[in-house]
Amino acid sequence: MTAINTDKPVGESAGRKQMPWERYVQGHHWRNAEDEFDAAKFGMWLFLSTEILLFAGIFVGYAIMRMLHPQAFSNGSHYLDVRWGGLNTVVLLISSWTVAMAVRAAQLNQQKWLRVNLIITLICAIAFFSIKLGLEYIPKWSVGKRPGALFNYPFASDPYEPMWWSIYYTATGIHALHVLVGAGLLTWVLVRSFKGIYGPKNYAMVETSGLYWHLVDLIWIFLFPLLYLIH
Amino acid sequence: MTTMDRPIPADPSDAHHDAPYNASRGSLAADVLNWATTVDHKKIGVMYLFAVLFMFFLGGMAALAVRLELLEPVRTTVNAAGQTVITGQLFGADPENIQAGNQTYNRLFTLHGAIMVFMFIVPSIPASLGNFFLPIMIGAKDVAFPKLNLLSWYIYVIGSIFGVLSIIGGGVDTGWTFYTPYSTTTDADHWRVVFMVLAAFILGFSSILTGLNFIVTVHKLRAPGMGWFDMPLFIWGLYATSIIQVLATPVIGITLLLLVFERIFHVGIFDPGLGGDPVLYQHFFWFYSHPVVYVMILPGMGIVSELIAVHSRKHIFGYKAIAFSSLGIAGVSFLVWGHHMFTAMGTLASTLFSALTFLVAIPTAIKVFNWIATLYKGSIAINTPMLYAMAFLFLFSIGGLTGLPLGALATDLHLHDTYYVVAHFHYVMMGGTVIAFMGGLHHWWPKMFGRMYNEKWGMIGCAIVFIGFNITFISQFLLGMNGMPRRYASYVDEFQMLHQISTFGSWVLLVGFLIHLFNFIYSLIAGPKAPPNPWGGLTLEWETESPPIEHNFHHEPLIKHGPYDFELVVPPHCDAREFPLPVPAPPKPGPEVIK
Repeated sequence: MTAINTDKPVGESAGRKQMPWERYVQGHHWRNAEDEFDAAKFGMWLFLSTEILLFAGIFVGYAIMRMLHPQAFSNGSHYLDVRWGGLNTVVLLISSWTVAMAVRAAQLNQQKWLRVNLIITLICAIAFFSIKLGLEYIPKWSVGKRPGALFNYPFASDPYEPMWWSIYYTATGIHALHVLVGAGLLTWVLVRSFKGIYGPKNYAMVETSGLYWHLVDLIWIFLFPLLYLIH
Repeated sequence: MTTMDRPIPADPSDAHHDAPYNASRGSLAADVLNWATTVDHKKIGVMYLFAVLFMFFLGGMAALAVRLELLEPVRTTVNAAGQTVITGQLFGADPENIQAGNQTYNRLFTLHGAIMVFMFIVPSIPASLGNFFLPIMIGAKDVAFPKLNLLSWYIYVIGSIFGVLSIIGGGVDTGWTFYTPYSTTTDADHWRVVFMVLAAFILGFSSILTGLNFIVTVHKLRAPGMGWFDMPLFIWGLYATSIIQVLATPVIGITLLLLVFERIFHVGIFDPGLGGDPVLYQHFFWFYSHPVVYVMILPGMGIVSELIAVHSRKHIFGYKAIAFSSLGIAGVSFLVWGHHMFTAMGTLASTLFSALTFLVAIPTAIKVFNWIATLYKGSIAINTPMLYAMAFLFLFSIGGLTGLPLGALATDLHLHDTYYVVAHFHYVMMGGTVIAFMGGLHHWWPKMFGRMYNEKWGMIGCAIVFIGFNITFISQFLLGMNGMPRRYASYVDEFQMLHQISTFGSWVLLVGFLIHLFNFIYSLIAGPKAPPNPWGGLTLEWETESPPIEHNFHHEPLIKHGPYDFELVVPPHCDAREFPLPVPAPPKPGPEVIK
């Protein structure tokens, strides 16, 4: 992999047609493209802070309910299979790495690697979601390990185990929703990358979607120990 | 102020960019399409303005209905024929069932609260006047993310539709706070409560997007030469507001989502029967909803800073103190939510929250004293915006000071959940925010629509609103101190006089607002054309035309003086209303100054 020197106008000197990203100009209300790029990133960081605070509500709920019903939460974490949680953690960490590589590829105008990295990230997203749904949600739900009033698992040893499942499904469910949103964003980026829209002059969308994907990863990094590892 | 000679590259296809932003595009269909798909912050601000004013009208109607119901206490009597008769119930009255009428009353005050809080007062100033003037006042062409801005308006409309659907379906009787277990058990088989909660959830996103947009705009799009402390104080108010919107709104998002899960899936997090904790809901709710009280008031404070400086032609006193006190209020706002649940916490926590609550008074008082100091020796113009600014000082001070007895543990025990609380927060929300909003609307109306309103009728309207407001709510202070609890459709006979005074006041208020409404309609139809700078303001919005052109300025503005430098910029014996300002004459070679 050799980096292309982006100081020179790529393509034009080689007699090729200009790629769409080379023709990119900032929105009419911006003084220059750097300001626009900084603003896009800043805006995304602010949005991520709102996401953190949204999940903070769930984490506080977890803490309070764990304090009220420690035995139910201890039982609950034993019901979860740490191997599937661990595998999903690995899957998400790999996807975080590939999405970072996708941003790098866009910065360096490596169009092929941009797409390859995005596709690997999306495969990871699908893998995460399949493991979550097929190996965790469905088997548990079908034996009655359900949230709140829907709970009808006959072998529960603590009366407050439904509360554990409420927290479990709420936390991982909202997280899974974020996985879907993130995957949707990255799919959009992938589709547009085939048109050559992203390159050294225009990669704000790749970068901000990547940031969002890192957030999805980060939330899971906290959910995994809280739900699977602490007994 | 001079503008820099940096012409915007000419684009023949953009001929309309030098036309007023609200110029017609030919046909009605073209105009509707143009407004519906616009990313121009001015048009979005105007669309927000009419949307929130409509919601203000709906919420106001509900308030009038509530007051009308309270004109007479609900009584069950046996008449001469031996029949049981229910008197004093106006809405939903059912001779067989006294509860039905009381239910209707519960729905009415919930309707009033939910509409006024979520659909009117939170978006009122930031989304309408803020959207219109924030970019212009910092010399930008638009907000940082114009498409997101339009999206936020549509999200607001969708959220409001959810709310209206819930109302059409019969309304909710939970109170605007959706406290559990009211919100999880009433109308358990019905979707109305879920719709109203979802409405608040969706409206939160619109609030977040506006706040996020403003923060990035203030950071990245200030005109060349405009430092942080060259910004008008309205921008500081909006900036502090936006910080709260971005940091607090997600918490109400998850809270309302959990409430929806609670109702649909019975997850039990707020249900003690399943091991949950209903007070946890209140903690979550007020962690958002107390900071959001400052979302409501901070932009109003920003407006008042503008009004007082411009209409007394004087440099604002203590610029930095006002700017930092906005941030101070935003910071403290996150630490006081517990004062809504004094009875549900231990002594230590209650004492701490009580002390933190008192802290809010410090930055607030700093602002009030600075405004009064600005007026001192100013060249005060008596017009509608200035009258509203003074009404704000008076009413908001009452609202703020009456909050302290509620923050003190001993007195709160007596006053909580009484009409005293109702009167207190109406003095802050209506006497503060709505009064400032009305002042700002009159102040910027000529700029927004290019036409003047009638000054005499504006001042009469303001005076009537002021009198009506005080009649309505001073009586409620007295009711509360005498022990009238809030949220009841009936009361003991001793309270009837004060209730009737309060209801009478609500009609006076209605008259005042109707005068303003007709004044604005008159202005749009037949008002005299507004000059670019009718008040002699020095902030950037007065440098462009009235109404502003599509790109806000013909040239990118360059900041040469501060927003309130009246003494430095306006030559003696000149009026800042002249635009462009005459160049100050060079000092005459005259006789030696006697030392």
